Amino acid sequence: MSATTLTNLRLIDPETGTETTGGLTLKDGVITARHDGAGDGIDCGGLCLAPGIVDIGVKVCEPGERHKESFGSAGQAAAAGGVTTMVTCPDTSPTIDNPETLEFVARRAREASPVRVLPMAALTKGRAGTEMTEIGFLMDAGAVAFTDGDHVVTSAKVLSRALTYARSRGALVVGHVQEPVLSDGACATSGKFASLRGLPAVSPMAERMGIDRDIALLEMTGARYHVDQITTARALPALERAKGNGLDITAGVSIHHLTLNELDVANYRTFFKVKPPLRHEDDRKAVVEAVASGLIDIICSMHTPQDEESKRLPYEAAASGAVGLQTLLPAAMRLFHSGDLTLPQLFRALSLNPAKRLGLPQGRLAVGAPADLVLFDPDAPFIMDRFKLLSKSKNTPFDEARMQGRVRATWVAGNQVFGAPL
Amino acid sequence: MGFRQDHLLGIEPLAPDEIGEILDLADDYVALSRSADKHSEALRGLTQINMFFENSTRTQASFELAGKRLGADVMNMGMSTSSVKKGETLIDTAMTLNAMQPDLLVVRHPQSGAVDLLSQKVNCAVLNAGDGRHEHPTQALLDALTIRRKKGRLHRLSIAICGDIAHSRVARSNIILLGKMENRVRLVGPPTLMPAGMADLGCEVYEDMAQGLQDVDVVMMLRLQKERMDGGFIPSEREYYHLYGLDAEKLSHAKEDAIVMHPGPMNRGVEIDGTLADDINRSVIQEQVEMGVAVRMAAMDLLARNLKTRRAAA
Repeated sequence: MSATTLTNLRLIDPETGTETTGGLTLKDGVITARHDGAGDGIDCGGLCLAPGIVDIGVKVCEPGERHKESFGSAGQAAAAGGVTTMVTCPDTSPTIDNPETLEFVARRAREASPVRVLPMAALTKGRAGTEMTEIGFLMDAGAVAFTDGDHVVTSAKVLSRALTYARSRGALVVGHVQEPVLSDGACATSGKFASLRGLPAVSPMAERMGIDRDIALLEMTGARYHVDQITTARALPALERAKGNGLDITAGVSIHHLTLNELDVANYRTFFKVKPPLRHEDDRKAVVEAVASGLIDIICSMHTPQDEESKRLPYEAAASGAVGLQTLLPAAMRLFHSGDLTLPQLFRALSLNPAKRLGLPQGRLAVGAPADLVLFDPDAPFIMDRFKLLSKSKNTPFDEARMQGRVRATWVAGNQVFGAPL
Repeated sequence: MGFRQDHLLGIEPLAPDEIGEILDLADDYVALSRSADKHSEALRGLTQINMFFENSTRTQASFELAGKRLGADVMNMGMSTSSVKKGETLIDTAMTLNAMQPDLLVVRHPQSGAVDLLSQKVNCAVLNAGDGRHEHPTQALLDALTIRRKKGRLHRLSIAICGDIAHSRVARSNIILLGKMENRVRLVGPPTLMPAGMADLGCEVYEDMAQGLQDVDVVMMLRLQKERMDGGFIPSEREYYHLYGLDAEKLSHAKEDAIVMHPGPMNRGVEIDGTLADDINRSVIQEQVEMGVAVRMAAMDLLARNLKTRRAAA
């Protein structure tokens, strides 16, 4: 394979935390050289180049609900959004809780997706929270982490055993922190807004209670643990203490909780119904700050496709979740343009940290790193049109929103998978 | 300015002058309803469909009577026994009815926001007859009319709303309406039945009836929504009655001429003492029912006028 040289770039390097003018040479799927950006090669016109996004927690509805999303459509959306690795959820139908189903998924992904797919498997069979899955076999089949998605393993006994066993295999467990009884039936965060709208609401304390329990179990078991989403200010001190005490814990947050708040729901707009529910503005700000400080490690899209039928219902009855693969980067640019986060800070959370957490070589612009890259214009303005999304489902909360930041090209292992030929 | 709404989905979208306009017209309809010939032609030729996805006797009867007094063709659909049970979605039901060319759609639904959703899919005027825990605008309007007629004004009054605020759409609509008209709103009830963030809405929140009722002009009791209790909000009905049930002793803390209101149906001996509820010197509960018909006539009349204007322009 011949070498490609890109010049006149703004290199966003999350590893060094720097933003420099320069160029890159790619060959055989890896970055082979970094230079000053002048000289021969493809002139990229001063656009930003960053390591491709590694998105932990993408729901691809295959098997079971291919009308909502398939590996083909999700992969196209990911490529268009600068996501070069999708780490997929096991909450399909049937659940990905045995090696055979996982192998099917891995094969479908290889055939259909232009970007890398790394599947997660369920932690308990059927995500029912009673019996652990075959963690060892599933790892052999390629599972990169274990999660029951938004199902909380309510039994501390089951979870402690699963964590202990996972530790012995060196497996990463991804948990959803929420006190399940307290939050049962809730679709909003308690407070003035939910009260006015008359929606069943949960105190933000339910998240704190969830993380407190899981931290205690980590102290007990020593497992490797990642919290899928921390969305409230009150859960942050617990996370900080756990990290300070040397537990192997990291945390993520969805782009929706970083850029939207509960008031966006307005008159029962169900595209804003996500899990956990959108929070108060104070919480949103606290969580943005936690990403800036590095306390929260990872930003993800929490891509959850839902068809029109499951959203065109009264708010309580409507399905939760929003698509995010293609809007993750432009939405993240809101945090850049607002001055909350620098581009290297954003890509630390979007690319470097998730790669590191999964033990992947991605997320870097160093020589020798995989050539999984995204070229983007952080300033390009556009008005979001949900019907132009490549996902089969169009349930984005950013429909008709003014956004800034467009992906111009995406490479996976040195091959361009999105954008006009350069 | 005039009444500018296409639908009556809640009190929240209404401006104070629009509330005043409904109440002024309702006053006329009270007079009509008390006269020998109770008939008007305001809605002649129009079709009104009452869709109740939740059981109701009083509200449905009130809307039906209001429509008939104004000359509309009224049809009731008991949705709990219809195709909804066969799995039809709310939107499909709405589209089906819409195809029958109704002019006024009166909807009650157990889920908050459902009436709002439905209104986006039909091209007639929609009236919210109660959606989940969200709003019940005609109840708040009839309460306002009752207060205005009894107290001579609808501003600078001190009004206590007592009981199960958390599950009450009546409370929410009243809080918003009375706030818009610049009254002092007090909420009294056990903290387990008090929704979060009410103080941020400008209400004063009390857990004690004697304190909460101190010198108020109006005491508004709420039904203890037993059917909505999914368990454990209060220890027992009798303890609730002891602490929060309205009786003569608790009422003695209010102003001497304070009126007692209840949206009905009452649980005598749970939230209100039976004798007090029947005391014609204090209780205006029967007047509330009468005002209900008048306010619904006014709201449907005003919406129908806007609908006709809109259709003529189209």
